[in-house]
Amino acid sequence: MATYYSEDHEWITVEGDTATLGITQHAADQLGEVVFVEQREAGDEFEKGGEIGVIESVKAASEIYAPLDGEVIEVNEALADNPGALNESPEGDAWIYKIKLSDASQLDDLMDLDGYKALIG
Amino acid sequence: MTDAPKRTPLYDLHVELGGKMVDFAGWEMPVQYPMGIMGEHKQCREKAALFDVSHMGQVILRGENVGEKLETLCPQAYATLKEGKARYGFFTNEDGGIMDDLIVSNAGDHYFVVVNAALRHQDIPHMQANLDGVEVTEIFDRALVAVQGPKAEEVVGELCPAARELKFMETAIAEIGGVECRISRLGYTGEDGYEISIPEADAIRVSKLFLAHDDCEPAGLGARDSLRLEAGLCLYGNDIDQSTSPIEASLSWAIQKRRKEEGGFPGAARIQKELTEGAAKKLVGIKPEGRAPARQGVGIQCAEGNTIGAITSGSFGPTVGGPVAMGYVSAGHGEPGEKVNLIIRGKAQPAEIVALPFVTQNYKR
Repeated sequence: MATYYSEDHEWITVEGDTATLGITQHAADQLGEVVFVEQREAGDEFEKGGEIGVIESVKAASEIYAPLDGEVIEVNEALADNPGALNESPEGDAWIYKIKLSDASQLDDLMDLDGYKALIG
Repeated sequence: MTDAPKRTPLYDLHVELGGKMVDFAGWEMPVQYPMGIMGEHKQCREKAALFDVSHMGQVILRGENVGEKLETLCPQAYATLKEGKARYGFFTNEDGGIMDDLIVSNAGDHYFVVVNAALRHQDIPHMQANLDGVEVTEIFDRALVAVQGPKAEEVVGELCPAARELKFMETAIAEIGGVECRISRLGYTGEDGYEISIPEADAIRVSKLFLAHDDCEPAGLGARDSLRLEAGLCLYGNDIDQSTSPIEASLSWAIQKRRKEEGGFPGAARIQKELTEGAAKKLVGIKPEGRAPARQGVGIQCAEGNTIGAITSGSFGPTVGGPVAMGYVSAGHGEPGEKVNLIIRGKAQPAEIVALPFVTQNYKR
């Protein structure tokens, strides 16, 4: 099990050819209080760089971009009723999707924790 | 505008309080403090919050018959505005659109005008060019601080007993913390409260006196926007602009009877016509039924599926506990209770037209 980070402030924890995806605490802090999350459905396929959801704070809407190619296999339904969980535990209970990776070699384009820490300073 | 954003006299206080600073209309302003927009919003609805609104333009008008002369630029009855009273109004253009909205106060030996930050460069030359024989002076050496909320009277009254005596839309000069301030009982949150013009050298010290009260916390522009939206108050540039008339904007309440009848202000022909025949569109409150906020630009469709307008302001209303919005719908629509659909990211989301405001206004009349 390894965790990777994207420049769009997502984390991906990989186990075999599936992974869990969410946003980082840093991203959650920048967004402010989350009031709504729009998610894709299980079965939806996506490409790296494509929009895979929207997170809305009081102030603004922010898109979630796919860090790699894949397919949604499970959606964290709890976020619909409790979007604020994304502020409390974005790297824990408030994961956004479980996904199936299409091309594991794309993980090489992502950062490890040290790289991500360097990015956010 | 590539100039570096300007700083208000309270800048150092914002930084000290942990304000998250953003560029707003050319000013470096706190969008929120560590409490967060939701907390700051509720603080203002339940207790009291302090806002820096020094980016707004403060203007002094001196001369003969200033009120009469203002009536040539605004559809408000400023000639009969009594000393110590403030009145909301707007400059209209020749086409009956709104150039800016403003507050005019009769301060006895002069008039005190507050205009929007982004439009001070338009409004001040407009007044200088058109108010014959009136000296128009923009004030650069005073902060403007708003203390708003049900506890505002306690917070301000403790330091300034005269503040307790003011009623909604009244203004006076009073001493706070040993310094002479202009204090006006009005605001932009839907709550009771004050806007206080303070000499810049004393602005941080006086603000800290307010913040020393247990019930007063700082709030930023984020909460200011969600508060005014729930209160059904227009934001210039979003809900009103050069093309929208006051009648379309549901602001006919702000035009006094005499002015409606007599006219004599820019764009009177259109505005008087719309008063009798109705306007092509009107600004209404819109309550989305789901949880998705409807932002500015979202299309509004009637039950039959035709586009009838667009959202001009939309956000999450912390007091309402869900999304709230305002927008224009075409004539024939807009009765409270009408079901509409909002097209958010390509999907139709059900919503209902509602009467404004979303929350009861708590003014001390």
